[in-house]
Amino acid sequence: MIAIVDYEAGNILSVENALKRLGAAFEVTADPAHLRAASHVILPGVGEASSAMARLNRPLPGGETLSGIVRSLDVPVLGICIGVQLLCRSSEEGGTDCLGVFSPRVRRFPADAGAKIPHMGWNAVENLSGPLFRGIPDGTYVYYVHSYYPEYAPDETVAVTEYAGCRFSAALQRGHFFGTQFHPEKSGPAGAVILKNFLSL
Amino acid sequence: MLAKRIIPCLDVKDGAVVKGINFEGLREVGDPVEMGAWYGAQGADELVYLDISASREGRSTFTGLVRRISERIDIPFTVGGGISSLADAARLLDAGADKITVNTAAVLRPELISEIAAAYGSQFVVAAIDARFVPEDGFWRVTTHGGKTPTDRELFSWAREVQERGAGEILFTSMNHDGTRNGYAVAEYAALSERLSIPVIASGGAGSIGHIVEVLSAGKADAALAASIFHFGEISIPALKQSLREAGIAVRL
Repeated sequence: MIAIVDYEAGNILSVENALKRLGAAFEVTADPAHLRAASHVILPGVGEASSAMARLNRPLPGGETLSGIVRSLDVPVLGICIGVQLLCRSSEEGGTDCLGVFSPRVRRFPADAGAKIPHMGWNAVENLSGPLFRGIPDGTYVYYVHSYYPEYAPDETVAVTEYAGCRFSAALQRGHFFGTQFHPEKSGPAGAVILKNFLSL
Repeated sequence: MLAKRIIPCLDVKDGAVVKGINFEGLREVGDPVEMGAWYGAQGADELVYLDISASREGRSTFTGLVRRISERIDIPFTVGGGISSLADAARLLDAGADKITVNTAAVLRPELISEIAAAYGSQFVVAAIDARFVPEDGFWRVTTHGGKTPTDRELFSWAREVQERGAGEILFTSMNHDGTRNGYAVAEYAALSERLSIPVIASGGAGSIGHIVEVLSAGKADAALAASIFHFGEISIPALKQSLREAGIAVRL
């Protein structure tokens, strides 16, 4: 069973629908036992980083926090959009510390680069590596909606995209932790392949 | 490089697509979900569904349809038509829409844009603007109710206001060009794009591949929306994207 972390993040319906299209069984849960028993865990969502972190750090009925549980998981974990940002070290959005699974900081696109913000639409991923991108050619287009980005990190970045003069981490991997700044669930057939790759880990 | 987007627009009335089409491989002609999936497979970057139902029954049918679209379609889609309250926006968000368009209701009560942007983020709100240039007026006059009702607002100042209120994109339709198939209002899109910091979607006037190339290059639009030229099969999306790429425009192939 796949678990989608329930932390009251906005609009997780598109991720649920993508899993349904792949025929994958999942539940949306904040129950520590269910999260630990899951085969794969997805941290999705849209929203503001500091308030999202505050929700992850709130004690659950048993005293644990979702932050602590997510950090300690030993199954494949995938953060999507704000999810990958929360797995990074810190975010400029609301000036918050994040989970620190990935080393990059999350920064806002510069307003003076002449590019429109948010970065919205289809952009190409390059320098692909790792199991998430098996079967995906360099230059494949994926769908983005975001104003903040994870910095490039030589040892963890497994896909790069360029926007507003920034070469940022389109995807990160550290061990069994993965994250995509783009939305695989909205990225057409290529996105479905990426999700399938994650689920087959 | 961020790709320019190609967006087919489907008018939906009482749950069915209004402009009838008959493509090879399309199982159920007129079914908005099937048509959307077909366009997605053709390489559309995004879809827009406009509800033109006049009745309350038609509207509730549309919400159910949005739910079915979100289950099936794996690219972003925008819905619009008659959205006049935060509750309308919430209902469509819950049904799975990625974005909504507001038009007449926002002209009548501009706070609507601010309210929806504050609740669900700017990326969720597309401000649709219908305007017409009348030489005697000397300016682009914003209209409501599908172009039928002129207002006192001017296109460029209204566009700036919707941006300041939190709209994430602008979908401008020139009523002078809409339905003519003589090309888009290229100069106006270029002017909008230069003055605004949010993406501009061009709509109205597409009759050929050349028109779309023009509005995405000289017109500086971020996306081109069209309906009948796609629905009637006059332009195929793969051929269109090939031409755009040959013209040096970044597209997703």
